[in-house]
Amino acid sequence: MAGHPPIPTDSPGHSSWVRIAHWIVSLSFLTLVFSGYVILMCHPRLYWGEVGNDLTPALVELPISRNHRHGGWERHGAFSQDAPAVVSASRTYEIFNENSWGRSLHFLAAWFLVLPGAIYLLVGLCTGHFWRHLWPRVGQLTPGQIWRDLVDHLRLRIRPATGGPQYGLLQKCAYCAVVFLALPLAVLTGLAMSPAITAGYPLLGSLFGGYQSARTIHFVVAVVLVLFLIVHVAMVVRSGFKRQMRAMTLGRKA
Amino acid sequence: MKSRHLLTRRKVLLAGLAAVGGLLLPGCTKKLPPTYGNILRMGDVLTYGAQRVLLPGQSLAKEYSSRDITSFPAVGTVNPGDPDHPRCSETYRRLQERAFADWHLSVEGLVARPGFYSLADLKRFPARTQITRHTCEEGWSAIAEWTGVPLGQVLQTAGILPEARFVSVYSYDDLADSIDMLDAFHPQTLLAYGMNGHDLSVPHGAPVRLRIETQLGYKSVKYLARIVVTNEFDDGGEKGNIQNGWSWYAGI
Repeated sequence: MAGHPPIPTDSPGHSSWVRIAHWIVSLSFLTLVFSGYVILMCHPRLYWGEVGNDLTPALVELPISRNHRHGGWERHGAFSQDAPAVVSASRTYEIFNENSWGRSLHFLAAWFLVLPGAIYLLVGLCTGHFWRHLWPRVGQLTPGQIWRDLVDHLRLRIRPATGGPQYGLLQKCAYCAVVFLALPLAVLTGLAMSPAITAGYPLLGSLFGGYQSARTIHFVVAVVLVLFLIVHVAMVVRSGFKRQMRAMTLGRKA
Repeated sequence: MKSRHLLTRRKVLLAGLAAVGGLLLPGCTKKLPPTYGNILRMGDVLTYGAQRVLLPGQSLAKEYSSRDITSFPAVGTVNPGDPDHPRCSETYRRLQERAFADWHLSVEGLVARPGFYSLADLKRFPARTQITRHTCEEGWSAIAEWTGVPLGQVLQTAGILPEARFVSVYSYDDLADSIDMLDAFHPQTLLAYGMNGHDLSVPHGAPVRLRIETQLGYKSVKYLARIVVTNEFDDGGEKGNIQNGWSWYAGI
């Protein structure tokens, strides 16, 4: 572990509000991923712009349920002779659709992300937690330092846990990206899919290029967050699972 | 004789209490969709309440130009007159055979002038045409042009009473749904009889369907038969969304 600064032994552990927010958001996130996947299975096609359906071309077609093959449509023909490409059709097969509970569970879980998340952002800003612990120092962000931290991670040379918010450079960057970028983007693209909210706030509807664009970005952000979760858990295991779990649940003093 | 008087007085008291209770209860209960103790339904009610409190009332959903009209899948019931359909309606089939000339929309409940409206009656109202996006709970969307009469105009003509809180709709494919007054009187909420410049086709809900542009597609009930104005929440029983596991409010 040469080259790393020594771990300060008198450094503080995670604040109780950080620990509580961490676990509420974690449970909410896992529920959102599960229910989001169920919702996606109903229509596993992604598009760009305002419109996308089984009768229009998809950007991506994910093979995650029997619905992904969009065949099985009985064409009724065009609405008018002037626009022969604008057609209607009805399904000839029963689709997989568990959105009744899937959607309600998704939005219930979203409340547990949005409300505690908002309180977390407010407290983190007011107490200086973000500035002291999460935000990378300008002096730290040199190519040499980033390179060294990257090589250490790739070689799985992970510093043992301090049990508190004493984070490495890449760790800070990852947490900042999740807290200030990915999670807010997931919430905003989620809201941008609501017909009532976009009626009230049209800017939100056009911000991401339309309803289907927002849906596609929502999916990509979810994938990025799941990848983060995998790396995060791997790092927790690598840096001392028991110590880390104790520090994030009971606190370091326990 | 005395005991009979006492009994009468008690009866009067009880009847009076029941009457007062009957007057008070609708004022404080059944103004929100029921949860049946189900945590998912509690989340639905929270979302509904939060949107009603936080969102500016009756903002218009985005309207598009005719160039933006797209292909439009017909899902759910596509023909209630089809004998193979599980919720086949013999009445609908007879209406369909006569090109909906005998079709009437019944408007009843808390209105001063309940009655029936034929297709021609509805077309005599000033029409509204809007090009809007249909957002399906499944995840797809489509843009179409809808022509119809704003539901609020019909309700006003029928003399909607001040205690009205919800508008329930019943369809020929045996569905029951309802909306609150904010959505019922939303300028874009239509009783639509035209789609993309033509009469509404059977797969899309002929002769008249509801269009609610601030909620998901499943609230825009097709094949309308009856409208009932109520002052209490009616979940529609097993024909409604809630008992089938769906959120009543779909503005998400």
